[in-house]
Amino acid sequence: MAGAAAVLGLALTACGGSDSGSGQQAGQQAPARTLTVSAAASLTSVYQQLGTEFQNANPGTTVKFNFGGSDSLAQQVVQGAPADVLATASSKTMNTAVQAGKIQGEPVIYATNSLQIAVAPNNPKGITDLASLNRPGIVSVVCAPAVPCGAAAEAAEKAAGVTLTPASEEQDVKGVLNRVQTGNADAGLVYVTDVKSTNGKVQGVSFPQASAQGAVQSYPIGVVTGSQNADLAQSWISFVRGEQGTAALQQAGFVTK
Amino acid sequence: MRTTIPRVLWVPAALAWLLVAIPVAGLVVRVDWPNFLGLVTTPSALAALRLSLETGLATMVLCLLLGGPLAVVLARSSLPGLAFIRSVVLLPLVLPPVVGGLTLLFLFGRTGPVGSFLGREFGITIPFSTTAVVLAQTFVAMPFLVVSLEGALRTAGERYEAVAATLGASPTTTLWRVTVPVVLPGLMSGSVLAFARALGEFGATITFAGSLEGTTRTLPLFIYLESESDLDGAVAMSLVLVVVAIAVIVISRTRDLR
Repeated sequence: MAGAAAVLGLALTACGGSDSGSGQQAGQQAPARTLTVSAAASLTSVYQQLGTEFQNANPGTTVKFNFGGSDSLAQQVVQGAPADVLATASSKTMNTAVQAGKIQGEPVIYATNSLQIAVAPNNPKGITDLASLNRPGIVSVVCAPAVPCGAAAEAAEKAAGVTLTPASEEQDVKGVLNRVQTGNADAGLVYVTDVKSTNGKVQGVSFPQASAQGAVQSYPIGVVTGSQNADLAQSWISFVRGEQGTAALQQAGFVTK
Repeated sequence: MRTTIPRVLWVPAALAWLLVAIPVAGLVVRVDWPNFLGLVTTPSALAALRLSLETGLATMVLCLLLGGPLAVVLARSSLPGLAFIRSVVLLPLVLPPVVGGLTLLFLFGRTGPVGSFLGREFGITIPFSTTAVVLAQTFVAMPFLVVSLEGALRTAGERYEAVAATLGASPTTTLWRVTVPVVLPGLMSGSVLAFARALGEFGATITFAGSLEGTTRTLPLFIYLESESDLDGAVAMSLVLVVVAIAVIVISRTRDLR
């Protein structure tokens, strides 16, 4: 029995070892440095573009991305996942990591994103504002209040004095976008950057309450405590806030600051 | 008589069992016990539990009504291309659930061939409705019933049915008086498994039906949403789901337990 337990322990250790192995890149480029960036899903295309530019500007550097929901990313960092940079899509999620002592210094907010009403091209249902989403026969979709885009939607609704009656409260903003894009919803509340990302497959309708308190989404970025590449992480942050980063972010629909 | 098990099998067998048991046990450890009752009885949690149980039962009935006859056809007929038909039935077992949801959406969605017809002629919209939840669950749960029942039908053989037929019983009489009683255990365990699978259905539901409290937000969708904001609530409801699932599986497997 003791023997069996020992073998079992060995086997488990072996499993753990092979799981955590991330030495793929290390083998390919001997002196290379790898920067691991955990970033919100909404940053995917901008960051991928900037990653290539950063690698070109810093030979020997590989930028590895871990894209996902901001809350999951923050949780991962808190649980000790290896990352050099954390870039979330809300101050609330960033604060989770800050409060756990996982961010060096103060995170900086370098961009903001605001809501738009996504509709089919040429706006066949004539949606003009939040109130028109409640017209009979309009199927609207929003994010659930528990996720950042849903909290933003709630703040906008409050500012407009409108209570939406959505057909579905999606888990994330891409879910909302898909509903509109597939024609199963007439309208959905998404970010300006999401509308831009579809290259005209959906149209965005701006509304004044999108800039209300709580409706504007902040994008903070910070260096993860214990990063082996803190200096490289810092130069990534400077790069994102620099000329190239600002241009790419604005191109994608973010408001930079 | 029981055969002796080679000793070398014990270690991998134990590992296999632990691989499933330990993570579930980890869930129990992680539960915020002092607040457990409060977490699992919030109105949103109860609405999700209720919706899951109701749609799970509806799914089970639909699987019985449609999958039952299909299993009989698969086990007893000599249709050409039976192997192909069977493969299609098993497809949801291996398809990523999101793919299942998308296929349903393309067919029954507002712009899909069936969906646009239903909307135009009858004003019926399926996505975002409880009907969509049941459809998605049936899509993924049906193979469980069909496979169990077909297995039971094949194991039982056709001897009794042949005898009934020679004694002058019509095919319908033979089915109800001979076949069904013989495969009743298989029918029961298949139904219960389908119910259990419906309880756990996530991907196809969120893709096809959406997520709205009381209408389409089943327990798995609720847990996923909670995990983004209130992890303690998500963990507590996960445990509830595990307990319900274990209870259901034990009921369906009682015959096999010694």
